[in-house]
Amino acid sequence: MKDHSAFHPQLDKRRRYGTLIAGLLFAATMLGLLVLATLIVDVVTTGSGWLSEQFLTGYPTARPETSGIWPAIVGSLYLMLIVAATTVPLGVGTALYLEEYADEGGLKRIIQLNITNLAGVPSVVYGILGLGVFVYLFDMGSSLLAAGLTLSLLVLPIVVISAQEALRSIPQGVRESAFALGATRSQVIWHHLIPMALPGIMTGVILSLSRAVGETAPLVLVGASLAINFTPAHLLDDFTALPMLVFQWTEEPGASFQELAAAAIIVLMAFLLLMNLSAILLRNHFEDQLAG
Amino acid sequence: MASADSSNVGSSTQANTAPSTNSTADAQQADATPTAAGRAGDAASEGEAETKIAVSNLNFWYGDDTHALQDITMDVKANRVTALIGPSGCGKSTLIRCFNRMNELIPNTTLEGRVHVNGQNIYQADPVAVRRHIGMVFQKPNPFPKTIYKNVIWGARINGYTGDEDALVERCLRQAALWDEVKDSLHGSAYNLSGGQQQRLCIARALAVEPDILLMDEPTSALDPVATGKFEDTISELRSEYTIVVVTHSMQQASRVSDETVFLYMGRLIEMGATEQVFTRPQKERTEAYVTGRFG
Repeated sequence: MKDHSAFHPQLDKRRRYGTLIAGLLFAATMLGLLVLATLIVDVVTTGSGWLSEQFLTGYPTARPETSGIWPAIVGSLYLMLIVAATTVPLGVGTALYLEEYADEGGLKRIIQLNITNLAGVPSVVYGILGLGVFVYLFDMGSSLLAAGLTLSLLVLPIVVISAQEALRSIPQGVRESAFALGATRSQVIWHHLIPMALPGIMTGVILSLSRAVGETAPLVLVGASLAINFTPAHLLDDFTALPMLVFQWTEEPGASFQELAAAAIIVLMAFLLLMNLSAILLRNHFEDQLAG
Repeated sequence: MASADSSNVGSSTQANTAPSTNSTADAQQADATPTAAGRAGDAASEGEAETKIAVSNLNFWYGDDTHALQDITMDVKANRVTALIGPSGCGKSTLIRCFNRMNELIPNTTLEGRVHVNGQNIYQADPVAVRRHIGMVFQKPNPFPKTIYKNVIWGARINGYTGDEDALVERCLRQAALWDEVKDSLHGSAYNLSGGQQQRLCIARALAVEPDILLMDEPTSALDPVATGKFEDTISELRSEYTIVVVTHSMQQASRVSDETVFLYMGRLIEMGATEQVFTRPQKERTEAYVTGRFG
């Protein structure tokens, strides 16, 4: 029999401590969820009464009963298209350059550091940049294009970083075996790396679009319209977007407008939910394709 | 020759039959030599075999400090299996990756010296063209996440192959001794294969670009003994058509499959020669200590 007198296991105490930690972590999770659930329930009960065909397809007016959000839905959709069209090629291109082409060293580190920092810059700062560069310098005015490009800048770092992560997670063996067969770098990239990174890239892009569609501050600074009675016909047209209407209606006096804002929020949330769902479906689709 | 081959395969599970393994291989080599000599160019011929890969004064560094290969000079003979052996970290994987310029994919590495393949300095050639003539099988089976068929045909397609694709896929899979196991699931995912099957698929994939050299970097280290045995049989089948260089941790494997053995230690080439001689009558004390299992 060995002498264990120098050990004091205190198993009961250690177990109690473990249970306590587990309980605290559960409470932390629940607290966040509870706040979110309250918010959603509040918004839905307040706004759902206003959801009607007239609300979805009508134009904003001074009277809540006749107000609709059609121009904002169209505006938000267009903004997302502009953001997707600019950030996907730029973001994925940047990630491919940094991961597959750039030499390790000073320049790459500086670029990487800047991209990481840009991801943390507050959106209002991008708004100021958009106002100065796109609205005034490039003379685009408070247009759909100016706002779309501003939002693109805002989410570009997120797209770059997620695409980089996706590329980095591809085993080096894939690159090596492809090169060993006499492939050029661009063949390796187009035939293997992009298809394999696609699920990760898609996730990053959709998350970025979700972020862009909910942003208000840059739109306010770029000068998006609050209430307009037409849908934008071209890129340099005036426009409004869902967050702008929410922003405006919550400022108005009277309970009706508050409820209208809640209804617009429901539509915005449905938008986001739909996008996240499509992100998951697309990702699964591409993952299945890779496996098959 | 076919019967010599199969008796060789049959005895390959017993390490102590190494001498006989080699004598059959030598006989086979003697058969192959006339045609090989016909193609032999200016290469300095050692013994009766053509030199396929000639390495002279090769030095290799990782970063500034790690001198991984120190002044390696050696020849790899055509249509033979050459084993690179040595303890972990001796530089055998680094050396084999110098033969198809694979190390260039690793940043901050430096290479000095010359590697000639078929008389041409590969470090003065286009790396893409060099690699197309030298197939490689890696330590971990790494098929592409595609179908079995696409895994095999991809290398040929990117190199502009215009022949019969189905025939090429079948021939390569047969050469890799995988055809019978996968012929009904050619369009299924390569990921559904076992590790041993995946590794033989990697051979078939390498064969599809019609290389004349096959490099294998510890190809069986992730495989169980049965799969390893099958893989070694495949190597034996391929030796008549290809020059094979195989890095291995296992001395038994080296003695089973190889004709020539190169022993590396701490980045230096200690000894090279016919496998039988290296294992039974090593010239250097360090080699003897290693092959008899006293270290490493």
